[in-house]
Amino acid sequence: MIHLCIIKVVKMDVINFVRQPWPWYVAGPLIGLTVPALLLLGNKSFGISSSLRHICAACLPANIPFFRYDWKKEAWNLFFVGGIALGGVITGTWLSNPAAMTVHPALATALSGYGIHDFHAMIPEALFSWPALLSLRGMIMMVGGGFLVGFGTRYAGGCTSGHAIMGLSTLQWPSLVATVCFMIGGLVTANFILPFILSL
Amino acid sequence: MSNKWFSQLKFLIAGIVFGIVFVKAEVISWFRIQEMFRLQSFHMYGVIGSAVLVGMLSVWMIRKFRIKTMEGEAVIFHPKKFSKGQIYGGLIFGVGWAITGACPGPLFAQIGLGATAIFVTLLSAIAGTWVYGKFREQLPH
Repeated sequence: MIHLCIIKVVKMDVINFVRQPWPWYVAGPLIGLTVPALLLLGNKSFGISSSLRHICAACLPANIPFFRYDWKKEAWNLFFVGGIALGGVITGTWLSNPAAMTVHPALATALSGYGIHDFHAMIPEALFSWPALLSLRGMIMMVGGGFLVGFGTRYAGGCTSGHAIMGLSTLQWPSLVATVCFMIGGLVTANFILPFILSL
Repeated sequence: MSNKWFSQLKFLIAGIVFGIVFVKAEVISWFRIQEMFRLQSFHMYGVIGSAVLVGMLSVWMIRKFRIKTMEGEAVIFHPKKFSKGQIYGGLIFGVGWAITGACPGPLFAQIGLGATAIFVTLLSAIAGTWVYGKFREQLPH
């Protein structure tokens, strides 16, 4: 009986621990382990944005040379991103954190000036939701932002996973150039351009 | 053929694990990305930095001990060639990253998490990739 109680308490603790947001020193190394995992599972280079290219090649190649290749050979990448979506489903269903996000006070203050007061979800509904899509601000952020992500990653030949993590892990200097440019683009946008978009 | 699909299952499982870590570390949160670019939090720098360190160490070990893949093949690394695309494309992606608060991976996780409207963002990202492919020859590289 006592044993059962102890097991129950330990189990509760584990679940509570898993439900909390994971610190960077747990998540970062786990993300880093994706690099050797994919290499050893099937000689695959970690990269996510390529999946967008494979979707183009599979659905709408339109005789464009860039999309004329055997995407089925790269199907693993589509399974991988499908898994990421499933991981989202699993976490949302069983492992989600019931508490609101803790957002830096300065960010919270700045955002409330643009009518964003709800910090409960990871993605602010005021900006990213079906109703928001009908506003100019939401349209620019969801459609315009998405376009730049897809265009920019392919132009750069990779995203945060392909360049910043896989590229830097294998000591590729072009990936360092790309990573620095990601950060410059993001820093300038978040601090100088986004406040304008948010005020729309 | 069925064996071929079955062999893809391991990548699906790797994706699931990766997706769970993504969500639990709040890497997919728009707020965390804003904090990163506004230099208000160390979290994202810690995640990316420690991921790179672990990745580097793993690659070093694979090379040093000539670790083989599950099928017994030698591990192949694909060197990345420099082009101006890494600068122009990198800057453009950076702008998109700050606006959407997501790189391509988190987009998939956000949809799975239930933010179905992000499907529009994903479709737009696919469109962006397509437009790049269409006009690739005219763009400076």
